[in-house]
Amino acid sequence: MSTIDDQTTADVPQTPEDENGHPKHDPAPAADSNAPVMLSFIIGIVISLIIGWAVFPKLLYSQKTQPVNFNHAMHMDPEISAEGCASCHYFREDGSFSGIPKLASCAECHEDVLGESEEEARFVEEYVKTGKEVPWLVYARQPDCVFFSHIAHVKMGNMECKTCHGDIGVSTQTRVYEENRITGYSRDIWGKNIAGFKKNTWDRMKMDDCAECHKANNVNQGSVQTLRGGCFVCHK
Amino acid sequence: MKLDRRCFLALSIGGAAGTALTPLPWKLTDDLSIWSQNWPWTPVPDKGAITYTHSVCDLCPGGCGITVKKAGDRVIRVEGIEDYPVNQGGVCILGIAGPQLLYSPTRVQKPLKRIGNRGEGRWEPISWQDALAMVIDKLKTLRAADKSHSVAGVFGRDRGTVAQLFQRLLTVYGSPNFFSTPSYLDNYEMTLYLMHGMRASVGVDAKNADFILSFGSGMIQGWGSSVYMFKANSLLKSTGRVVQVEPRLSVSAAKADEWVAVKPGTEGALALGLAHVIINENLHNSDFVVNYSTGFETFKQLVLGKYAPETVAGITDVPAEKIVALARAFARARKPLAICGRGQGLTPGHLSDYIAVHALNALVGNINRQGGVIAIPEADDIDWPEATMDAIAVAGMQKGRIDGAGSSRYPHSRSLLNQLPEVLNTGKGDSIETLFVADVNPLYTMPDAEATRAALAQIPFIVSFASFMDETAQMADLILPNHMYLERLEDVPSPAAYPANIIGLSRPAIGPLFDTRHTGDVIIALAHALGGNIAAAFPWQDYPTCLRETLGDKWNELNRKGYWQGPEVAAPLGFGTFDTASSKFEFSNPDLNAALESQPALPQGDATTYPHLLLPYDTMRIASGPIGSPPFLVKSVDETVLQGNDVLVEVNPKTAAALQLADGKPAKLKTPKGEAKVRVHITEGVAPDVVALPRGLGHTAYDDFLAGKGVNYNALVGMTEDPVSGLDATWGIRAKLSKA
Repeated sequence: MSTIDDQTTADVPQTPEDENGHPKHDPAPAADSNAPVMLSFIIGIVISLIIGWAVFPKLLYSQKTQPVNFNHAMHMDPEISAEGCASCHYFREDGSFSGIPKLASCAECHEDVLGESEEEARFVEEYVKTGKEVPWLVYARQPDCVFFSHIAHVKMGNMECKTCHGDIGVSTQTRVYEENRITGYSRDIWGKNIAGFKKNTWDRMKMDDCAECHKANNVNQGSVQTLRGGCFVCHK
Repeated sequence: MKLDRRCFLALSIGGAAGTALTPLPWKLTDDLSIWSQNWPWTPVPDKGAITYTHSVCDLCPGGCGITVKKAGDRVIRVEGIEDYPVNQGGVCILGIAGPQLLYSPTRVQKPLKRIGNRGEGRWEPISWQDALAMVIDKLKTLRAADKSHSVAGVFGRDRGTVAQLFQRLLTVYGSPNFFSTPSYLDNYEMTLYLMHGMRASVGVDAKNADFILSFGSGMIQGWGSSVYMFKANSLLKSTGRVVQVEPRLSVSAAKADEWVAVKPGTEGALALGLAHVIINENLHNSDFVVNYSTGFETFKQLVLGKYAPETVAGITDVPAEKIVALARAFARARKPLAICGRGQGLTPGHLSDYIAVHALNALVGNINRQGGVIAIPEADDIDWPEATMDAIAVAGMQKGRIDGAGSSRYPHSRSLLNQLPEVLNTGKGDSIETLFVADVNPLYTMPDAEATRAALAQIPFIVSFASFMDETAQMADLILPNHMYLERLEDVPSPAAYPANIIGLSRPAIGPLFDTRHTGDVIIALAHALGGNIAAAFPWQDYPTCLRETLGDKWNELNRKGYWQGPEVAAPLGFGTFDTASSKFEFSNPDLNAALESQPALPQGDATTYPHLLLPYDTMRIASGPIGSPPFLVKSVDETVLQGNDVLVEVNPKTAAALQLADGKPAKLKTPKGEAKVRVHITEGVAPDVVALPRGLGHTAYDDFLAGKGVNYNALVGMTEDPVSGLDATWGIRAKLSKA
């Protein structure tokens, strides 16, 4: 196989030298030989950019649907949920947060089918009647090593639910749950934007996002006990 | 254009540069770190509501108050209750491991009927209805054939409503053969019967004593109510003194103020030697001896005649000066307290040892008062109306017990489970046609495992109430699994050796996980199905009703506080609480003298073939009773005790040198009853020619964390009966250790 290098080597004895002793090259063949290299380089960049920005996110996340298509907006009717979010996502007496309601809470109203919705009828049939807990997929679930106290933020910090969770209360159906194939956690933690950019406070739930708010408001950046920064404040 | 090497390199470099401009590497790094910190197979508890249930632990006779913590529907932790009188916030390692037992893969999850050979492990699920029908059919057939007395029951204890319900069922059915697990408490009960003249349980007020002289009792190895004794032992560090008399340097001996290394099996003689010094030097409590006791002179003549310090030194290997010094220190203490029952007291031991040790307490007048030994009269908690017996029941009860307890041979004994294998294997007595077992694992815990296995093989129908598939359950024909203790409501009788009568209430922290049933309910259902007088003797629709009605006035307090406590010991009971003919404490009477002078033939085996002596020892880190150690315990066992599947026996350096055995090397241990492969751990903590083996290992049942690990001491030792009590007096066996 003949290559540019081969030719160059072969030409060495014939190549005239300039006054500094450097070999003189004809610029035309050099441009010819560099063009495919540059092209390959650019193709490499383009392909990897496409993979990194478009293909990779598609491969990384699997799409899952919630077991029951839940309508938040309908449940937020003040007659149903007088206390807003806290009607179902309440604090227990000991201050711990109940999270997603257990079936028993749903069954308080939905012991029998209440409305016209087919989805509700299926929910009552499959879960309420059988007593099987609904295996909800939790968009905001953090790894087990993350300690987060809802009451410290909601009651002490007077924060609104939507600051972190978005305006979920107006949704009329559950959105697709994108599960990270490597970690098993929801895409919501890293954020929809694969680059990690965010427009709203609720777009991401990574450690930096916690820190951003804590720094901005200059609150508890360290341990309550020592008033110094410490991993164990949040990582128990 | 040709795609040459440079193009390919350029493509790769371009790819790499491009990739660096995408989030891919940073995102992948982040995801991989999250993944590697949260392995998906690591169990994570539920995030549900945290709830607590106050209950009482029923894993051993310790009766500790516990708080069971749940997250959602999962039990995640067991803690001690701070204001529970017995354990005051403490809890032992086995108690902590309760959740592992609850979720153990060895739980029996539904009624099972054996379809393979015994021990083969082939079972067929059976409905509760069919299972009960099988039992009822069997019981009806036996009764119709006048064989009611051939039905027997072995229970973990004889107190408490469930055991009493079963005993009542047997009585009205027509069988006297109810057995409970024998232990040091049986010997104490008999000692109190002979010396105090009353049926009573022993209470040891260890926390208020200032000098505890322990004859081999493992104060921090699970003797008595373990957490109570741990706390008392710690308290005595600052307020008093603990002296441990024991052949082996146990942890109790190591933590004591003084360890008196005694020749194995001679603890009773040492106690009498101490009595000699106390009487000889007039150090005894003359108020007690003169005003509250009889038979002192006879006792005095016995100990002064036979147990001079020099003589005792010859028997026990404890120097005479030490005997004298120890006796003086004991007698001069304000609240001296002597206790016995080796290790956890799993083997009852020799009755005369208990009498000798209790005589020491009497000599110093530390009986029935704070800081002393208290005879707690049998509780009258269970006061059911006398059942009407039909002719079959009367005839069955008159046949007498198969083990001879209560007969002219063993007049003071109530239950002699240890006699059962021999009776069945020699065919000397009646046979047992149907056996019920609950909260016991005799195939593992009884001495001479082979004899026990042969005896069980003679019983045509064995019904087990086991919650776990233990060795005995594997031999059963039918298993009617009980709820395990965290799932059930039950009264827990007074803790072992606790100085007050206290009933605890075990409450379900979680609904039954499986298709199990409360044994109390099963007994009532069986009685109802048998009809006639038997059904009439059980006027309760179910067990909870029975429990509530039985406890009567105490129920409300029990339900509210979790326990009910009898009269406080703090108010001195006084010395006038003896129920003997003389209404006084008896140092001597014919039965007592016979017991004191009896000597069982121990140890088994001849010294030429078996030059060594095998002694068992107990540790809190290995459950040695009917419950097998959960993984949490096994993992805590030191590498000088267990290495992989090999148990290490303790051997003195001299013995090891004579046998050319190096530390950790394998060896063969042979006794007249069996042999095993072990490894040696060389230590000065045992005397030359002594080999010490921990109890609680060598299970063939249970999970991979326990089965096949080590050697079962009970498979290597035989049973030697005490001539008076008929209980097992064994403390060890001759053995031969040799290079493997």
